[in-house]
Amino acid sequence: MKLPKIPQQIISLFILLLVVLTGFLFARKYFTPPSFGLYGHYRANAVDEIKARGMKYAGSESCIECHDDIYNLKAKGYHKNVACEICHGPAGKHADDPSETSPEIPHDRSKCTICHDYNLARPTGFPQIIANQHNPGKFCTQCHQAHNPTLPHTPNECGACHREIASQKMVSHHASLECTTCHEAPLEHLTDPRSFEVKKPMTKEFCGQCHARDANSPVEIPRIDLQIHGGRYLCWDCHYPHNPEANR
Amino acid sequence: MHPVFSGYIYPNEYELHWGLLIVIYPYLTGLVAGAFILASLNRTFNVKVLEPVYRLALLTALSFLIVAPLPLFSHLGHPERALEMLWTPHIGSAMAMFGFVYAWYLLMVLLLEIWFDYRKDIVIYSQEKKGVAKYFYRILTLGATDISEEALRFDDRAGKFITIIGIPSAFLLHGYVGFIFGSVKANPWWSSVLMPIVFLFSAIVSGIAMVFLLHMITDMFRWKTPNMACLNKLAEFLLYAMLIDFSLEMLDFIHRLYESEESIHILGDLIQNRLFLSLIISQIVVGTLTPILGIIVARFGNLPDEMRRMMYFLSTILVQVGIFSTRWNVVVGGQLFSKSLRGLTMYKVQVLGLEGILMCIFLLVLPFIILYTFIKILPPWPHAETK
Amino acid sequence: MIKESTSMTRREFLEICLKSFPLFVFFPTFWIDELLAFDAETYDPTKHNYAMGIDIDKCIGCGRCVAACKIENDVPKEQEYFRTWVERYVVSTDGETQVDSPNGGIDGFPVLNSDETILKSFFVPKLCNHCSNPPCVQVCPVGATFKSRDGVVLIDEKYCVGCRYCIQACPYGARYMHPEKHVADKCTMCYHRITKGKLPACVEVCPTKARIFGELGQQSSPILRFLRFNDTRTLKSELNTKPKIFYAGADGEVR
Repeated sequence: MKLPKIPQQIISLFILLLVVLTGFLFARKYFTPPSFGLYGHYRANAVDEIKARGMKYAGSESCIECHDDIYNLKAKGYHKNVACEICHGPAGKHADDPSETSPEIPHDRSKCTICHDYNLARPTGFPQIIANQHNPGKFCTQCHQAHNPTLPHTPNECGACHREIASQKMVSHHASLECTTCHEAPLEHLTDPRSFEVKKPMTKEFCGQCHARDANSPVEIPRIDLQIHGGRYLCWDCHYPHNPEANR
Repeated sequence: MHPVFSGYIYPNEYELHWGLLIVIYPYLTGLVAGAFILASLNRTFNVKVLEPVYRLALLTALSFLIVAPLPLFSHLGHPERALEMLWTPHIGSAMAMFGFVYAWYLLMVLLLEIWFDYRKDIVIYSQEKKGVAKYFYRILTLGATDISEEALRFDDRAGKFITIIGIPSAFLLHGYVGFIFGSVKANPWWSSVLMPIVFLFSAIVSGIAMVFLLHMITDMFRWKTPNMACLNKLAEFLLYAMLIDFSLEMLDFIHRLYESEESIHILGDLIQNRLFLSLIISQIVVGTLTPILGIIVARFGNLPDEMRRMMYFLSTILVQVGIFSTRWNVVVGGQLFSKSLRGLTMYKVQVLGLEGILMCIFLLVLPFIILYTFIKILPPWPHAETK
Repeated sequence: MIKESTSMTRREFLEICLKSFPLFVFFPTFWIDELLAFDAETYDPTKHNYAMGIDIDKCIGCGRCVAACKIENDVPKEQEYFRTWVERYVVSTDGETQVDSPNGGIDGFPVLNSDETILKSFFVPKLCNHCSNPPCVQVCPVGATFKSRDGVVLIDEKYCVGCRYCIQACPYGARYMHPEKHVADKCTMCYHRITKGKLPACVEVCPTKARIFGELGQQSSPILRFLRFNDTRTLKSELNTKPKIFYAGADGEVR
């Protein structure tokens, strides 16, 4: 049988192609990492390399092993969620060999104000101070215990804790009102605020004591018809009682 | 501390990641695809008047294709690992396909077509030349020295066949570059299904304009009066391509404006503040509308040939400026706003360094040096003319 | 019911490698050091699926997470590189939102004057979202960034070519180019800690428990409790990246 003549060009090109392809396949075999593709399109050993990186933070559970006294104290207080290494810095080395290095013990105010300086964006109720007005020059630890922070003395005004509310009320039309005018505060609230909460007004009529048409109060106070004003909404659904905006 | 940044940007966005080098990359591949498509038009559709530019277009495409990966390569954090893209290509990644699309286009399309087209010349050179040149051409023949009538007929048929698979390949090469950008859903400036098509047509525009320009320049240096019929035909093709390209870009623009998605405000800011010069002025007015007008007047106006050539010449240069701005606006523009859609970032072009202007000028000049060498080795003009 | 792991264990893998040793003599491989790297720990990644919750209402913007992350993971100290950072949102009464994150929040935030036009303000910690459908992994040309079997998106810094495509593809700005290593870098969820039963550094140091770490698909895990009792959302969910960082109390403006 006579084969059709294969053009010379095709033979040359075919040989060249074969050489290139074989070269490619060999190079591919040689250069591909052996663990590549074991679990997916990646080098499986990379996972172990990442896993093997050293830790710098030991974690609170390592601290407990030796410092259980401090842990037990802290666990009951407001700082129970505050991990040791937030204030004392990464202690991985110290946990491995306690004699070698010891973590810092911060004394200056800046460590505390990181969290407790006043910032508008912080959630309401989080204890905040204005650092340059709050006993400037004193160390925090002179009055507060870092591991079990409480107030050094029972506050005599609400603004000591409720700074944001107090500062707003101070400049509002309600400035002259005592907090207790509207809030009934149990005495225990001063020492144990979370367990004994203050009461808030519940009805429209409460505000109506001053703001209703027939209220027995100075004439300068704005009046509304308690029956129709605001429909089914309560006063504080629209007005912020600590800084009422009616006249603005 | 960063007065030039406005609004909010994610902290990791202070550094702009794809700079001038990545602007050059789509510009260069665009020229490749465009030049090749021009060559193919002539061969597949038998546009006889374009015969004089056929080989020039092929060589232009090849020289730009050789330089195209260099900006990518020098931009990598670890250039020595670049070939991993061939050993373990990630099938899902648009970029991983680069090696294969590139290799396919370079080896299976462009080099093959040029080889088949030049084979007769190469064989003749390998017999006529002396010394080293003789051996050089002999290697280029790859041992296929048969230039009988039958063999040449086969060359022609093979060339035609490659051209036919070459056109979709050229579309693939540049459409794919557009896809690299168009498929990034995180970036509203890039993410568009039209991106590959817009890239493709702007590639055709830039390629035709570049070959047009080179054709005029090479004719000038060879003291030949250009063939006006050929120039006019090129101008027509360029005009059609530009009209399609411009319409597509406007479609994309209007579509975004009309859909008015979440990102529209920041993109509006982007165009008004950061891209006004490069998009409105450089790309649209100088690089698109002016040359369109110039070509229309030159092609269809009643002008003397000298004047016509002058206007073609200026228009094609403006087209290059416009297309380069297009690439800039896509690549850099897409990184001048924060993905938080709340602020604009900055790009400061350096002069020195791997990402600098000097490097870019080098990369833009390099293809012409390569092209010059190719023209010396494989003259694109008929055998008789070069003697 | 015990789930039978279908994938190879480390021991089996090593055995295969050792048995095929003669083969490697004839086909030497470029990655010879890789065959030697081996640790014998028995950690089964297929039994874990990590996730994190962030409670906006608890975040006080102290930036301790950012500081701890930088220390724990040797993140460059400059202001352009963060694996996690904290943003402050200030929404005004006319609906305009301002966001800032000076030095990632590591030094706290400048005081805002209590202004009548401020409607509300809050902090939002950000980090890699460890997407179940990660666009960064999709675009990586070489397989240098990948989703591990325990659901954490990781980067192989010995394999990354530094093309930065993943940085472009990440909708959250969670990735940066490491200035010395010249590879992409980002949060690993402290993979070296969590695989040893520790918490990620940012979670460990959060003083208000605004960050909750846990495992999906377990009977009991802090993250499940968090997801059960909170209305949570993920960021840019319209991009279908399916993040595994869940936000509770995050305003619609957060993106």
